[in-house]
Formats: sequence, C-alpha cells, structure tokens
Amino acid sequence: MAYVLSEEQQFLKDSARDLVKMFPTAEIRTMRDTDDPDGFSTKLWEKMVEMGWPGVAASEEVGGLNFGLRSAGVLMEEAGRGLSASPLLSCLVSAYVLEKHGSDEQKKLVEEICTSGKVVALALQEGNFYKPSKSTTELLSEGEDLLLRGTKEFVADGHVADYFIVSTHSKDGLTFVLISADQEGVTIEKEFMMDSRYYAKVHFADVSVASSVVLGKPSSQRAIASDITDVASALISAELVGLMSEAFERTVEYLKERRQFDKAIGSFQGLQHRAADLYGEIENCKSITIKALDALDARDGLAPAYCSMAKAKCTKVAQHTTNEGVQMFGGIGMTDDEEIGFFLKRARVAAQQFGGLAYHVDRFAKMSGY
Amino acid sequence: MSLEDFRGEVTEFLQSQCPASMRTPMREESDFYWGGRNASFKNEDQEKWFYAMANRGWTTPAWPKEYGGGGLTTQESNVLRKEMEKLGCRPPLFSFGIWMLGPALLQFGSEDQRKQYIPNIVQGKIRWCQGYSEPGAGSDLAGLQTTARSEGDHYVVNGQKVWTSYADQADKIFALVRTDNTQKKQIGITFLLIDMETEGVSTRPIKLISGKSPFCETFFDNVRVPKTNVIGEEHGGWSVAKYLLTHERASISSGVDPDVMTPLSFYAKKTIGLGSDNRLNDPVLRSKVAEWEIDGAAFKFTLDRYNEEMKAGQAIGAKSSFMKYYASEMNKRKYELRLDCEGKQALAWRGEEYKDGKLARQFCRTKGNSIEGGTSEIQLNIIAKHILGLPTK
Repeated sequence: MAYVLSEEQQFLKDSARDLVKMFPTAEIRTMRDTDDPDGFSTKLWEKMVEMGWPGVAASEEVGGLNFGLRSAGVLMEEAGRGLSASPLLSCLVSAYVLEKHGSDEQKKLVEEICTSGKVVALALQEGNFYKPSKSTTELLSEGEDLLLRGTKEFVADGHVADYFIVSTHSKDGLTFVLISADQEGVTIEKEFMMDSRYYAKVHFADVSVASSVVLGKPSSQRAIASDITDVASALISAELVGLMSEAFERTVEYLKERRQFDKAIGSFQGLQHRAADLYGEIENCKSITIKALDALDARDGLAPAYCSMAKAKCTKVAQHTTNEGVQMFGGIGMTDDEEIGFFLKRARVAAQQFGGLAYHVDRFAKMSGY
Repeated sequence: MSLEDFRGEVTEFLQSQCPASMRTPMREESDFYWGGRNASFKNEDQEKWFYAMANRGWTTPAWPKEYGGGGLTTQESNVLRKEMEKLGCRPPLFSFGIWMLGPALLQFGSEDQRKQYIPNIVQGKIRWCQGYSEPGAGSDLAGLQTTARSEGDHYVVNGQKVWTSYADQADKIFALVRTDNTQKKQIGITFLLIDMETEGVSTRPIKLISGKSPFCETFFDNVRVPKTNVIGEEHGGWSVAKYLLTHERASISSGVDPDVMTPLSFYAKKTIGLGSDNRLNDPVLRSKVAEWEIDGAAFKFTLDRYNEEMKAGQAIGAKSSFMKYYASEMNKRKYELRLDCEGKQALAWRGEEYKDGKLARQFCRTKGNSIEGGTSEIQLNIIAKHILGLPTK
C-alpha cells in the first residue's frame, strides 16, 4: 500500500498529462458541433494504444505492461482532467475481466485489446439504472448453440466496439458472454448524451452463438458482475478525481481574477469558505480512490467495499464541485463558451455509469452488514 | 536491533507489563491518568502500567533520551503505537505537557529549560494547562491583553485567561502574555510558564452545556514570575504559539475520542435493529449512516496519506487546518446521527440506567469541537489563504 506515486507512476502521470494536453477540452465542442460520428478523437485513442494504455494493468503474458490498476487510475485521472473521451475505460475493465475469468481462447483477445486497440464494450445495463446482477436479456439453449435475445442500454463505446461482454439470464441464472459485434442480429443504436459522448443501445435479435461464448464458470458469474462493478467504479472514481481537480483549480483561478466591488471575488469570505471546504473533500476523494485501486491490485477482500465507497464519494463531490464551479463563474459559467459547463455535464454522466450515488451507498451498507 | 526484533521485544514487554484491565476501553474520567503533584491512581493496575511505561520513557517514546524520553526512532515508536493498538493498551498518561508544551520546549526551549521541564512531563510529575484565549481574544488570539510588566528579573502578570482546560487541577500553566503594547499586535507577545501556586493566581470552573466543567477561567492578580520562565524570545511568543496551534490541530484530528474506532452502524444496528433482509430497519438513517462512514473512511485514508507524505519528506503545513476542520465536523455529525439513531434513550440527562446522560452530554460537548483550537471558520480562512492562495483584497 502506497499513497505516494512511485517513480514509474510519476513518469506515467507526466506523459499522460502531456498527451492529454495535445487534445484540449475545446475539441469536445468542435466534435459536438461538427457531428463527429465517434464522439472522441480517434487520433488520441491511437496514441493511447501506441503507448500501451489499454494494457497498462494487464499482465505481461497477455501483452500488458503489468503496472496494476493503480497505474490505470493515474491514466484515468489525467483523462478526467482533460475530459478526454476514448474507449480506455471499457478496455481496461474488459481486459481485467477477460484475463481473470476468460477461457484460453477468450484470453487471446486481451492481447488484441492491449496492443492493437480492439474495443470490448460492457453491455450490462437495461433501462435507466445499473443493476449488474439482474438481467432480462435471455440466453436460450438451441441444440448445441445458444441464442441471445434482448436489449442493453447506456453501453459506453458500444458504437465502436469490436466485442461485447454481455450480462444475460440463462437457465443457470446470471450468465456473462463475450460476443463479437459482427454477429448477425446485433444492431447498434447510438445515443448522444449530455457529456457530448455517444453511448449505445445494443439490440440482440435472436443472435445465434456457440456455447464457447460463455465467460467463466457457472459459479463465478456473481464474481464477474462484482469485478466489473468494482474495477469500473474505481477507475471512474479516478476519472472523477481528475475532473473535479481540474474544475476546482479553474474555479479558484477565476476567483483570483474576477473583480467586483473593486475587489477580487476570491477575497470574499462567503466564497473562500466554500472553496476551502471543497479542497478538503477533493483531498478525501483522492485518498479513497487510491485505497480502492490499491486494494484491487492487492486482491484485498475489502476491495469491493472500498470501490463503492470511492464511487459514492467521488460522485457526490464531483457533482458538488462542478455545481460550485458554475455558480462561482457566475453568468459566464452558464455559457457554452466557458468550459466549466463541460465538466458539470461529464460529471453527471460519469455519476450514473456503473451505478450512481444511491446504488453505491447501498452496496456499501449491504457489504457492511446493514 | 532490527525492527522485527524490536517488535518482538515490545510485544513481550506489553504482554507482561500491561495488566488486562488496562487493555479495556476507558469508560470514566478516573480511567484517564493525568499525573501531577496531586495525582492519585485509580487502582494498582493503573499505577503498575503507568510506571512500566514511564520508567522506559515510553510515555513519550520518540522524545530524546537525554531529557528522559524513550529515544525511539520514528519507525520504532510507530511499532510501539501499533502494538499497543493491537492489544488495546490504554495510553498510560494524558498530558498537555506531552501534546503541547513538550514539543514547544524541544523546538524553542533552552538546554536548561529542557532539562528542567521535560523529564517531569515524561514522568507525569507536573500537570500543565494552557493559557491562550481570553474573554476578548478568541479567534483573534493575537489581540490578547493579559500583561506582563517588567520589574527587574521578574514580570508582574495581570489579566484573565479563559478555556484553560483543567486549570483547577493543573500545577503549572504555559501562557501567552503581552510584554509590549507599542507594536503590531503579533509582536510583543511572550510565551511564559507560571506556577499555579504562585500568589495571585486563581481559577474558577466554567459549567458547559454538557453540565460538565472541563474548562476554567484563570485570573492573574499581580503575579510575580521569574524572567527565566520565558520560552523562546521575549516578545517572540507568537511564533511559539503558532507552532503549537499547528501541532495541536494535527493531534486533535488524530482523535482522542475513545469511541472513534467504533463504527456508527454498530450503534444503529443495536437500537434500530436489522430486518429479516439483514438491512437496517430505517432506510433513511441507513443511508445517512453509510454516507457518514464513507466520509469518515475517506478522511482516515487522507490522514494515512499525509502520514506517508510526511515520511517521504513533504511538509504538512496548512493541511493541519483541513485535518482539524474535518475531524471536528465529522465528530459533530457523528453525534448528531447517534441521537437520531438512538432515539429517546439518547436524550436522558440523569439516572443510572442512562449513565447519567453520558451520550446526551457527549453530544453537547462535541459542539465545542469546531470552536476550540481555532474555529472551523478560522481553519477555512487558513486553507483559503495558505493553500488556495485566495487574495485578501
């Protein structure tokens, strides 16, 4: 357990910051206004793949860098600072789950994620809320083969995915499968969200697949659901830490510049105290997120609880920080020209991905025996 | 000796020297041993445990051996602390001398002063209290008006201090007094040690909203104090005071509340109960309790992180203000929630059944957390100015 970054991690952080800076936040606006079909910079994503980011946490045997999820968190944090959209999160989570639970055949895909930028998206959610262990998407037996029927929503990177990890309901109960996006009967419906990113509704219309698509043993299906929730929550928490830190620093700078009543508005105690309070909450978000990622790397039994704590805390503080940001920027904060609004909007979508505040507070309470 | 050998030695020592009754949570005031000229032990176990530790200087494990401290390295004293936590050993001595005066003496005291005062702190022979605040100088501490007039090799002290913790039981006080009225208010303050038995010193307990009187008013009426009792420079007491306040903030946040390690949900489960689904029977309180526990854990990890950063050589600086602020607010929120979770029984003020209103009184006491040692508002001012660099105009 270490809170202070190692030299290797510091190096990773610096190079991540440099890369993210090459693709400024303003690009989001451009992509949105020009109806960019991807909703993220494919050039940035290519660079990320070149630098090995999707495989940063995967082991060397499967083509990764073996730096651990803590290091993946370092990358997500920098991506959060730059509001950099990319399939990175989907790939980090998928690589983790496939390496841990996949068959030898399925594990081969990890190498493609790590080195050639194959995108594996996570198709779990149905309807408006994240409930990873409940699925109404059916997995039916049809002779030797299986038939997949149902619709998933809010699938990040679904529009550019090569593969999907899908939660289904089979005769054995909850069952995860890994299927190719090319399969006949798979259709993608893009949905454009508040954060100027695309998500997808993915329809599976009686998709016929071999029984080898099933991921993991029957007894490990709940563990897969939990792993996806844990790793995704911890990494989104890291993204939110970057997002809130950047939004907060921009807000504090504005408080120093903006003058009213012949004074910098940052000299007013009413604003100072709110900013100082936020400072501390952001400090705590950093700590709990590091704790969660480190616990995952250490295979600590408390890791799932830490992950939910991190997601709950970071969600709440990111929402609060961006609200305060818009308020403190005043009228200009309400304009599309000022970038603080992009932070507000991304924070809201990230809050809901892989479970919102209520979901994770409740999950933590349940794990704590109440 | 390797750290592991040391750990073995510590464990053996604690196992053999710390009586079983000294490994239970402290329940009442007499469980806290404060030392001093008039101190008495509650029982033999308390006495045995105290001397076992004091004889090794382990009441102050990391202080230098030459002044009677334990002379342990930082790592060794961490090992000792951890092993004590593991066995549930009570702190052998509670002392403002350890928490406040000692660090100031080590930083600002002369060699003679260290030799004179520190061993008596380590051995619990002298009980100290702190004289900072005055009726007219609370948050604006530098505005203090208790004067020390120079008269040859003595000062003559006149004035009044307030919120002096346990002054009625203390042997000596370390006080901030004004020795120069002609300069900017921060200049002209002196850090002075005064024996409470000197003629002209008197105290009066203050009854708090909790019904208890842990604090006093202390009055000085022409009290003669030798000039050798000045710590640091004459007129230079403000830097000593600032150093100590920073130190105090960091130690308040590390928590002296014996309940601090008990999860809030422990109480909630006992009083609200679990349903057949194994969930707390009140969904609103369930989420409030969970959010408190999440905030508390995240804060605890921040303290761990700062600890690690300090070991890596980074200065903690104004972050101690955040630590003090957050710890105070969390504790207040905790007791507010305990009242919500425990209902009527938490409100009783008298009667054996309710331990004489222990919880209700503790609840009242927590309201002072964000006032003493610098109010929450002062801490936020410090964060805004020194960490965020927000302007004053």
